[in-house]
Amino acid sequence: MSVEIFILLLYALVLASYLGFELIAKVPPTLHTPLMSGSNAISGITIVGAILACNALGYSGVSKWLGMFALIIATINVVGGYAVTDRMLKMFKKK
Amino acid sequence: MNIFIQVAYLIASVLFILGIKMLNRTKTARKGNMVSALGMFIAILATVIQVEAITLIDIFICVIIGSGIGLLFAYKVKMTQIPEMVALFNGFGGLASLAVALSDFWLNTQEYQREVDYITGTSVALGIFIGGVTFTGSVIAFLKLNGKISGGPITFTGQHLLNLLLLIAAIVVSVFALIIPADPMYILILSAIALLLGVLTVIPIGGADMPVVISLLNSYSGMAACATGFVLNNNVLIVSGALVGASGIILTQIMCKAMNRSLANVLLGGFGQTSASISADGTEVTVKEVGVEEAAQIFDSVSSLIVVPGYGMAVAQAQHAIRELSELCEKRNIEVRFAIHPVAGRMPGHMNVLLAEANISYDKLIEMDEINDDFGNTDLVFVVGANDVVNPAARTNPNSPIFGMPVLNVDKARTVIVSKRSMGKGYAGIENELFGYDNCLMLFGDAKQTITKLVTELKEL
Repeated sequence: MSVEIFILLLYALVLASYLGFELIAKVPPTLHTPLMSGSNAISGITIVGAILACNALGYSGVSKWLGMFALIIATINVVGGYAVTDRMLKMFKKK
Repeated sequence: MNIFIQVAYLIASVLFILGIKMLNRTKTARKGNMVSALGMFIAILATVIQVEAITLIDIFICVIIGSGIGLLFAYKVKMTQIPEMVALFNGFGGLASLAVALSDFWLNTQEYQREVDYITGTSVALGIFIGGVTFTGSVIAFLKLNGKISGGPITFTGQHLLNLLLLIAAIVVSVFALIIPADPMYILILSAIALLLGVLTVIPIGGADMPVVISLLNSYSGMAACATGFVLNNNVLIVSGALVGASGIILTQIMCKAMNRSLANVLLGGFGQTSASISADGTEVTVKEVGVEEAAQIFDSVSSLIVVPGYGMAVAQAQHAIRELSELCEKRNIEVRFAIHPVAGRMPGHMNVLLAEANISYDKLIEMDEINDDFGNTDLVFVVGANDVVNPAARTNPNSPIFGMPVLNVDKARTVIVSKRSMGKGYAGIENELFGYDNCLMLFGDAKQTITKLVTELKEL
């Protein structure tokens, strides 16, 4: 990776972190559990990397198997995370 | 990489941000979660179209297995178990990041014999290290939360020194892995050290501090995804990882503040071990007991009630009985509200979820800072399964280990009734002065049974 690309990625990191702090500070304490399980699901974005790692052809390479393992684990994280967050938020009702 | 894919990743990032923004109001929160899920779907779709057609079947099989397990977890889990499930899922996120970083490094150095530049290599090392610590740390937190291993702090001499040495070793092997990428031994040792360090850093932390630990591990899982983003040169991983990292850090700070502890103090662990000596020199408190009938008469005579639920309420499964009680009180024109301390449950906001599940309207759940001044003009406070968070010693007794911790000022109310199984101590293992106060009455017994009886009595009055 060139230094230029690295700096561009660093920009994304710094600005997204700042935005994250601003947005999350506004989430009311009532919703902190769904926030955490929802953001937990977002951290399953590694699924993108896992799919790319599965892309190797043939089953002889270690990298392919690691990728497939990562894909299963990341999918549990993503699908389970969003589903349980939805289940919780569905319960919040105002009478 | 083609422009269409890049734009799709950009859209996914924006949807994640929008989704989190919509979580700032209870009304829009559920839609926000769906917006975020849509973002994830778009990111996955944009990735899948890049792969070789022949590998699609492998990907499909993995996704089916993962989705099945994920959905099973999501719909089977009880609301009391949400903290342990979130802990476990954090761990999965970390493990996935470790595997992806390791896979990429392995592909380049072992299968293609390519050179790996230092920026990518450093990112690989960070992804493996943070991912590994997140995984085993989360598994320990999971086991502590569901009681498979003791919730108490596990400490031994030289623990912190050992952790420090392991950290230095991790840096050293990372450097070797970068200099001699052809030898896979170093990167494997790094993975092993990270996994070991995750265990060692979480075992000294007591069960009561798990809200902080889960929040911090949540942040780590985001950082691990971020590092993987640098490995793969992929913006969507970096942006979403950063959002999660920030979220975890904020929640960690909130939890530490609510317990009046510094993050360092929590992480170094061993809290609560001094409890024996503290309670030994404490004065015995004499308490006044109250029966269910008498308690019902008190409930009948008041016009304002604040319920203070603690985790003990969830353990006794008394949420539904409390909902019945609050509905009954409202029918009698008693104003009912719930005061929620930030560490009332076992993770940030946990108590709100438990009460929402019992069908209690969320506008009645009031956070500590908003309700704390109202106790003074409240007729009755009903404390159920909470202890340390209502201990006035935090305000009045500089010698108390919880002195300075923000607490609910329930002692200011005209009458306080405490539903408690026995005179056992709270998580911090200290006497609660409140129980000896003149305006405090103890209603001993299993919370669910007592409150159900209370409801029956109250109906007859």
